Amino acid sequence: MEDMLFYDRMQFAFTITFHYLFPQLTMGLSLIIVYFKWKFLRTKIDKYNEAAKFWMKIFALNFAMGVVTGIPMEFQFGTNWAKFSELTGGIIGQTLAMEGMFSFFLESSFLGLFLFGEKLMGQKLHFLTGFLVFLGSWASGYLIIATHSWMQHPVGFEILENGKFVLNNFGALFSNPWLLPSYLHNQLASVITASFVIAAIGAFYLLNNKHSDFGRLFVKTGVIFGLISSVLVAFPTGDWAAKNVVKHQPVTFAAMEGIFESEDGGSEIVLVGQPDVVNKKLDNKIAVPNVLSFLTYQRWDAQIKGLNEFDESVYPTNIPGLYYSYHIMVGLGTIFIGLMLLASIQLFRKKLYKTKWILWSLMFMLPFPYIANTTGWYTAELGRQPWLVYDLLRTADGISPTVSSGNTLFTLLGFIGLYLLLGLLFLMLAGKIISKGPETTQQI
Amino acid sequence: MEIFWYIVLMTMLTIYVILDGYDFGAGIIHLFFAKTEKDKKAITSAIGPFWDANEVWLIASGGVLFFAFPTLYASSFSGFYLPLIMILWLLIFRAIGLELRGQIHNKMWETIWDKAFGISSLLLALFFGIALGNVVRGVNLGMVTDGVSAQEPHYFFLPLWNSTFSPHAEHLGIIDWFTLLLGVVGVVALTIHGANWIIFKTNSDLNQKLKKVVFNLNIVLLALVIISLLLWHNIEPKPFHNFMEHPWVWIFPIIAFTGLFGLFKVKSFKKDGMGFLFSSLFLLGGLTSTVASIFPKVLPSTNDVNPSLTLYNVAAHEYGLSVGVYWFIIAAVLVGVYMFVQYRVFKGKMDDVGYGEH
Repeated sequence: MEDMLFYDRMQFAFTITFHYLFPQLTMGLSLIIVYFKWKFLRTKIDKYNEAAKFWMKIFALNFAMGVVTGIPMEFQFGTNWAKFSELTGGIIGQTLAMEGMFSFFLESSFLGLFLFGEKLMGQKLHFLTGFLVFLGSWASGYLIIATHSWMQHPVGFEILENGKFVLNNFGALFSNPWLLPSYLHNQLASVITASFVIAAIGAFYLLNNKHSDFGRLFVKTGVIFGLISSVLVAFPTGDWAAKNVVKHQPVTFAAMEGIFESEDGGSEIVLVGQPDVVNKKLDNKIAVPNVLSFLTYQRWDAQIKGLNEFDESVYPTNIPGLYYSYHIMVGLGTIFIGLMLLASIQLFRKKLYKTKWILWSLMFMLPFPYIANTTGWYTAELGRQPWLVYDLLRTADGISPTVSSGNTLFTLLGFIGLYLLLGLLFLMLAGKIISKGPETTQQI
Repeated sequence: MEIFWYIVLMTMLTIYVILDGYDFGAGIIHLFFAKTEKDKKAITSAIGPFWDANEVWLIASGGVLFFAFPTLYASSFSGFYLPLIMILWLLIFRAIGLELRGQIHNKMWETIWDKAFGISSLLLALFFGIALGNVVRGVNLGMVTDGVSAQEPHYFFLPLWNSTFSPHAEHLGIIDWFTLLLGVVGVVALTIHGANWIIFKTNSDLNQKLKKVVFNLNIVLLALVIISLLLWHNIEPKPFHNFMEHPWVWIFPIIAFTGLFGLFKVKSFKKDGMGFLFSSLFLLGGLTSTVASIFPKVLPSTNDVNPSLTLYNVAAHEYGLSVGVYWFIIAAVLVGVYMFVQYRVFKGKMDDVGYGEH
């Protein structure tokens, strides 16, 4: 039984982690491509359309990866989490079915038109199809986060005698207080990924003296979008999301922040330190007194509940993992704001394209938004453990009763092999597109 | 309410089979009949802008199944665990075969992805036929041995096969001689369907040859359908029960046979779309007839201990199903609009779209 749970969790964690590397770029990049298309319509400067076309190539490749790795996600609720699906399908099936009907059809129908239809449709309609692809991908994110929010903070339901969760208020799924902060936080984080990717490729071109025109455009666009999204992802949306955790999952918040003991007179904010769960302390801790209390309650002396106030049976199952995920996300987020702020200052002073060290930093920063997005999601997911539906249904009670751990390990190994291949192919082909660069020839 | 969602789900699955069916069929044609680069390009251009949207019908059907019939979703997806995961792998291979082939111009690269696309299309057609066979044959619900359930009455798990390959064994496998037969029917039917789509959407040099292929395969299909129907009795004791009770249900097999016999005239069709219409009718009629013959069961039980799953005992709660109708109707209208726009822009012959050259 323990084995079954372990492999089911590993398979879901592996496939969702790999999958979400792609949609985060899809969602953010679709926004920026629409922006390039819009600039082109407004200014009629070909460079913008060529930039849009270049990023559409990466987008198409990335989108295909997102689609093929996304189908297994929807299947796995049934294949590996049958009991969970049976008990809650009437509710989370609602939002997942809506995702299929409202956003996947929209995205996929218009993506074909957007990629192949430019010469058939003319510029205005082409812009419109791009906008619809953007809308579809953001709607998809919304419905997934609505599902996620219900699992974090279930609303609008009742539990029948046979243990089934049934919906009794459809509207509550969408007025869930968990939903809007998480959604905005997540979407801004995906804009960060896209901004950093664009800025990194632009910096790469500038540092190589290749496609310098585009290099400047990409760096500038990436830095502007990157600064706005990096700031907004922390404040106010990150702050809202954290306050939801404080209010509805205080034990999770204590574990995230590494607060083992409640402190009268205010809690410190931990910057560095490794949690030692057995001895309930942090090793080589660096912390700033009272700041956490202030950030959480706007009072320096407010008390924050430590792990000591809760029963161990409701502790998050992986406290160090949760703590590190959260701290990596926050640490990287801080670095993003700093770097984008410096780059923006240089951009404003018209010195950015010559400030080599910032260009180098932008280029090497490329993988880190992916890490921040991933650890952000780990914070949310590890924070919810040991529950599938917070406080109501344990993860261990949600797995498929008849699928043996041997079968799950078999498919997990298959996924690992297949996804390694996919990852290699993606890097190879994206590398090829990037090294070829944008084409300045007139459009066909 | 259950009936409404049952009809919705079956309609969506049928649309999926008809749409993605031509993609699979095109893949099989690509594997066996496309010799020149020009043929291959014609085939991928004919499905290029559509396959992704077609596959969404599978995902959306999965979503509706999950939401409206959660117990069936949980039971069948965990019970058919291995083939479903393998279908996922094949869908991935097929998609990357299509999408990546044109990215690098190198003979070896192109050959690898051509084969990946073709072989996974073939296996998918086979697997979907086998899946249909499993639903007709039923499964050992509750995993009963000697009259005792080892699991809750609606759960089961099937290995890929058992040593006897028999649909009558106590412990069944996914693949037995009956489900394999339906798998072959699936392959032949979708090959015909894919060929018809290519004839419809391209001016390829292949088209004349494909008409012959359709004609010959149609003879094979007719033979296979007759054999399956004769053997059906061996699997389902009362296959015609629903047809006797409700004579209007005969409309479904009539549609299927109209499609099947209509295709024998393939060589004299004036319009290139006719063949596709007839093979779509065959798929529509075939699927609906199959589903109608086991109605209201959705997954029959092969033991006497646990009852079959029917659309009534697997459905979600009333409120959720009712409220879903509102958003579903809005979404369905939108989907109709998208499809209209999509097929309108890419109407007619597709040879020049230049798929995979971006």
